[in-house]
Amino acid sequence: MTEQLPALQILITMMAAPLCVLVRNARVSWAIALLANAFACWVAWQLLQQVQTTGVIRYALGGWAAPSGIEYYIDTMNAAVLLLVSGISTLSLLYAYKSVSKAVPMAKHYLFYSAWLLCVTGLMGIVITGDAFNVFVFLEVSSLATYMLISFGDDRRALTASFRYLVLGSVGASFILIGIGFLYAATGSLNMVDLAERIPDSESQRAVLVAFSFITIGVLIKAAVFPLHAWLPNAYTFAPIAVTAFLAGTATKVSLYVLLRFFFSIFGEAYSFGQLFLNTVLLPAAIAGFVLMSLVAIFQTDLRRMLAYSSVAQIGYIVAGFALASQAGLTAGIVHIVNHAMVKTALFMAVGCIIYRVGHAHRPSLDSLFKHMPFTCVAFIISGLGLIGVPLTVGFVSKFTLIGAAMERGWWILAGLVLISSLMAVVYVGRVVEVMLFRQSRQSGPESSGLSEAPVTMLIPMYVLVAMGLYFGINGSQTLSVAGEAARQLLGGF
Amino acid sequence: MTQAIGLYSYWIVILLMMAGLYIMIARYNLVKKIIGLGLFQTSIFYLYITMGKVDGGTAPILVEDATLLYSNPVPHVLILTAIVVGVATSAVALALIVRIYESFDTIEEDEIKAIEAQEPDS
Repeated sequence: MTEQLPALQILITMMAAPLCVLVRNARVSWAIALLANAFACWVAWQLLQQVQTTGVIRYALGGWAAPSGIEYYIDTMNAAVLLLVSGISTLSLLYAYKSVSKAVPMAKHYLFYSAWLLCVTGLMGIVITGDAFNVFVFLEVSSLATYMLISFGDDRRALTASFRYLVLGSVGASFILIGIGFLYAATGSLNMVDLAERIPDSESQRAVLVAFSFITIGVLIKAAVFPLHAWLPNAYTFAPIAVTAFLAGTATKVSLYVLLRFFFSIFGEAYSFGQLFLNTVLLPAAIAGFVLMSLVAIFQTDLRRMLAYSSVAQIGYIVAGFALASQAGLTAGIVHIVNHAMVKTALFMAVGCIIYRVGHAHRPSLDSLFKHMPFTCVAFIISGLGLIGVPLTVGFVSKFTLIGAAMERGWWILAGLVLISSLMAVVYVGRVVEVMLFRQSRQSGPESSGLSEAPVTMLIPMYVLVAMGLYFGINGSQTLSVAGEAARQLLGGF
Repeated sequence: MTQAIGLYSYWIVILLMMAGLYIMIARYNLVKKIIGLGLFQTSIFYLYITMGKVDGGTAPILVEDATLLYSNPVPHVLILTAIVVGVATSAVALALIVRIYESFDTIEEDEIKAIEAQEPDS
């Protein structure tokens, strides 16, 4: 049983997806999806334990040995991201039950959960696989399901947001496909470990360079790294809020994982950063991302759009950590992947609770919401503090590590800009908190009379994330040691 | 020079790819954008098939004669998967366009943008 865990990780959710379509019942399909996700979460936890005790797991799918067959390759990095994806997905599904019942017609729920399961399968597949072409296949599985999930939004602009994402996402995925093709032409292999060995000896280094460029651009589009983030704000704003919470914590994070895998494991740190000076491209993009997008977030009146721009900014921090290409920088980037996923998912869940009761997320008309929905507001405030990076929250752990890593390299300007951008986060989170807590209801006040707290099934997953955020904020050594271990493995190559 | 002409297959790839990208950027009609995307993806299929070709090789079918030269079958298999993905992408995109037409009464992107600009955020 335990040696088959890598296959089960993908199979259970994949088989559950058609099952949902067959049962055609909203509640049953929700239950199937939740069970399948919880099982995937358990498998990921087992894998993480196993990796930490026995080291890297290599699983030959269908018994076909590595270079020619498809292999699942699991080290600390994969296992951690797998746990993150399946965990966030499980919590968001629990949350989705009430939240989605308002946004999506009951008759379409089974399709919704089926698409969700396919999306999770794709995301976990990208992470677990050790085969470059397999990455593309799973990427498209998750992307197609994501387009569908976004188009479930009740605003008609969800359709155009989904379409724009489809066009950009397909171009990004196609770029990755071209890159993998060139890699195959240059080396004759698709297995990641094999590729890493063969690339330095390849006769056609120019093909490798072309492959590198195409893959970089393709993955940066999927990860929504500034300035390739154009699809993200609308998609996050108009998708059903449970989907946004789920995607904000997983989809872009998985793309960032792919970035790490290709830059560090396959091409190698010496090639990407030593020979090609990748940091001269990544660092300006990252800095411009977190400074400009934080600035843009300040002026948004819709909470969802504000958080979407903030997401692009946070991705900037993560990429800045990668661009440092040092043990400390990578650790900061990886730990922020996990930390930001927890914080941002909790924030979107809080906004979802507000939308569920109030009907919109327009900041200026949320006066004195705290009186009516105290639990939601407290969760929003705690997570908001985490987003800013106040001590005792997860945001502090990752920003502290990132600034430390920047100083270690002597990049004082980067450290300063991270602080400035954090101050901007104080402004945009603060504006919401100010309205929620202190502003008096005007006479034209919203539907505030008779407003009550969000349902318990929505509060529980949100508070699980808030509690995890606080726990890992106070006791950051656990996540940091896993991230540090992952960074060490990445810098060491395969 | 002769080498450049000998690689004509790659020139076709580049031509198709750039034509596809151009259509996606320059055309406002959503269906035409998807046609551009299809062209773009087709060019990649062509790239893979070209890569797999071995000069003078036959189709990679199992035969008795072990010395027979045959083309590399792996890119063919890969591209079979990519073709399926491409079809699925087009299908999802066209379904979305139908829904967009139902709710906006147009599939011209500039007109949709004008309509969207009038709608407040929440």
